[in-house]
Amino acid sequence: MLRARVLKRLGAFALEAALEAEDRSILVLVGESGSGKTTLLRLLAGLLRPDEGRITLGSDVLADTASGIAVPAEARAVGYVAQDHALFPHLSVFENVAFGLHASAVASGSVRSRVDAALRRLGVAELARRKPHELSGGQQQRVAIARAIVLEPRLLLLDEPLSALDLKTRQGVRGELRRLLATLPCVTVYVTHSPTEAMALGERIAVLERGRVSQQGTRDDLMRHPRSAYVAAFLGVNFFRGAPAGPLADGWERIATPEGDFAIARAAGEGQAALVVHPREITLSRERPAGSARNVFMGTIEEMVPEPPDGERVRVLLATSPALVAEVTQPSIEALGLRAGETVFAAFKATGVTVIH
Amino acid sequence: MSAAGAGATAAGAGATARPGRGLLMNAAMAAAVTLLLAFLALPLLSLLLRIAPGQVLARLGEPVVLEALRLSLLTSVIATVVVIVLGIPTAYLLATRQFPGKRLVEVLIDLPMVLPPTVAGFALLMAFGRMGLAGRSLAALGITLPFTTAAVVIAQVFMAAPFFIAPTRAGFAGVDPRLRDAAATLRASEAFTFFRVMLPLTVPSIVAGTAMSCARCLGEFGATITFAGNLQGTTQTMPLAVYVALQSDLDGAVALSVLLLLMSFGLLLGLRSAPAGWFWTRTSAARPRS
Repeated sequence: MLRARVLKRLGAFALEAALEAEDRSILVLVGESGSGKTTLLRLLAGLLRPDEGRITLGSDVLADTASGIAVPAEARAVGYVAQDHALFPHLSVFENVAFGLHASAVASGSVRSRVDAALRRLGVAELARRKPHELSGGQQQRVAIARAIVLEPRLLLLDEPLSALDLKTRQGVRGELRRLLATLPCVTVYVTHSPTEAMALGERIAVLERGRVSQQGTRDDLMRHPRSAYVAAFLGVNFFRGAPAGPLADGWERIATPEGDFAIARAAGEGQAALVVHPREITLSRERPAGSARNVFMGTIEEMVPEPPDGERVRVLLATSPALVAEVTQPSIEALGLRAGETVFAAFKATGVTVIH
Repeated sequence: MSAAGAGATAAGAGATARPGRGLLMNAAMAAAVTLLLAFLALPLLSLLLRIAPGQVLARLGEPVVLEALRLSLLTSVIATVVVIVLGIPTAYLLATRQFPGKRLVEVLIDLPMVLPPTVAGFALLMAFGRMGLAGRSLAALGITLPFTTAAVVIAQVFMAAPFFIAPTRAGFAGVDPRLRDAAATLRASEAFTFFRVMLPLTVPSIVAGTAMSCARCLGEFGATITFAGNLQGTTQTMPLAVYVALQSDLDGAVALSVLLLLMSFGLLLGLRSAPAGWFWTRTSAARPRS
C-alpha cells in the first residue's frame, strides 16, 4: 500500500498532491504536460525531496518531513522507468539489467539467472548481448522495464513509457504492458498524458491538474462523475471491454461486451479489446433514429449534469444497457425537452468507437 | 557584370536559393583558411626542409639530445599521471556539486592557462624555494625542490592541469543526468555509479584531456626554466635543449625542434584518428560533444 501526501515548490510552480494505491494495483496518473506528473513521480522515487509531506510504502516511511526522514532513491525498493528509458549506452542489454543486482552486491551466480528470467519475461532474451543503440524503441522500453523489475521493487513507477514509441508500436506494446503489470505483486504508478492510455490501463486513475490531484477514483467514477472540465473533456468517456464476434454486413465488425454488442469500423485483432466512445459522439433523440448510426440503445435518463464551467454543455447519464454518458449542448436539450426519468434513444456511429487492443 | 546580374535575379526571385551569396561566402572562407594554413604551415615546413631526415636520426644519438628526450618523456608521463589522478576527482566535483566559492576555485584552476609561464615558475619558486612559504618547511625536512627533476614535474603539473580538467569536467557534465537518476533508482551508490557509468561515459573526454595535458607538459618551457633551471640531465627537457642549442648549434636546434614537432603532431593526429569503436561513443548512442 502506497500513501503519499506531498508539497513541493519549484519556482512559481507548486505541487500539492495526495495519492493512495493498493498492492497489486495500477494507479494511473494522468494530466497534461506541466501538471506536475513527473515531479510527483520523482518525489516517489526519491530523486526529489518534498518540502513538506509524508510518503509511506507498507510499513516503511520513505519520506517524512515532520520527523526529518528522507530515504534516498538508492535505498528505496522503488523501480523507475523513465520516459526515454535511460538505458546505459555503454552497457549491453544483459549488463543494463544486471546493473542494479551488481549495485546491491547480489551473488554473481544468481545475477545470471535473475537477469535471464527478467529478459525472458519481457520477451527480449535473444537481445542480451546487444547494445541499446542496436534496439528499436519498443525493445529499449522492454529492457528498461526488465531492468526495473529484476530488483523486485515494491513500487514501480512508469513515466510515460509509451510516449517514446511510434503510434504503431505503441498499440501493440500497450496490451502487453497491461498484461505484464497485472502479474506484478507491487504497487504500480503509471504516468501518462493520454486519456485513452489511462482508460485502457488503470483501474484507478488520479487526475493531476496544475499541481493538484483534482480527482482520484475508479474509471467508472471519473467517467460518470467528472469533477472538473478537464476530467470531463478528456476522461469522461464511455469505456467497455469486449471481444470480436464476427463481421457484419457492409464491412463493419461486431464486438461483444458483457453489457451488449457494438458495431465498429475497424477489423479487430485477436482477443480482448478496449472500446472508447466519447460522449460527444452520442446523439440523443425521442424517436428511433433512421440515420446512418449503427449503434442505437434505448433507456431512461438517469441524471443531467451541466458541465462546468459555463454549463453550455450537459452530460446526460443514461440507464441504457450498456450504461452510457452522452454530452450534448444546452440548446439541444431544450429543443428535445429532455428531463431526468424520460426515455430516449442514444445513437453513435461505428466510426465513433475507438478500439484499443 | 554577370555576377551582379545573377544577384539581381536571385533577389527578384525572393527568399529562395541565393547561389550568388553562397559562392561569395565560400570564397571568403576559402581565402581565410588558405591564408591561415599557409601562415601555420610555412614555419613548420621551413623547419622540416632545413634538415635531412638522416641528420635528425644522427643527432638523436648524441648524449645531450638523448638525455633531454629521456627527461622530457619521463617528466611528462609522471606529470600527466599526477594531473589525471588529481584532475578526475576535481573535474567530477566541479561538474556535479555546487558550493560557496566555486567560482573562485574555477578561476584558480584556469589561471595557469593564461598566466605567463615565467610568472608561474617565479611563483613556484616563491612557494617552494628555500625561502618560500612551503619551501622552508620542506627544507626543515631535508627536502629541496628547486633545480631538481621533481621541480620539472611540479612546473609541468602546474601548467598542464587546466588543460586536462576543462575537457574532463565538460565530459562529466555532459553525461545525461537521467542516467544518474536511473542508476540511483537501481540502488547504485554514488561511488558505484561513478565507476560504472560516469567514468566509462567520460573516457573520450579523459583521453582528449590526457593528450592535451601531455602535449602541454612536453612543450613546457617558461615555468621549468624559472623554477627548475637548465641543468643538463636533471632539468634540461627538450624545449630547454632547443633553447640552449639555438645559441651555439643551429643544426642541433633544428633537429630537436623537428623531433618535438613530430611528437606533438603524432599525439594530436593519434587522438583525432583513433580507430572506430575505440571509444564507445562512436556509436549512435553518443551525445554530441564539442
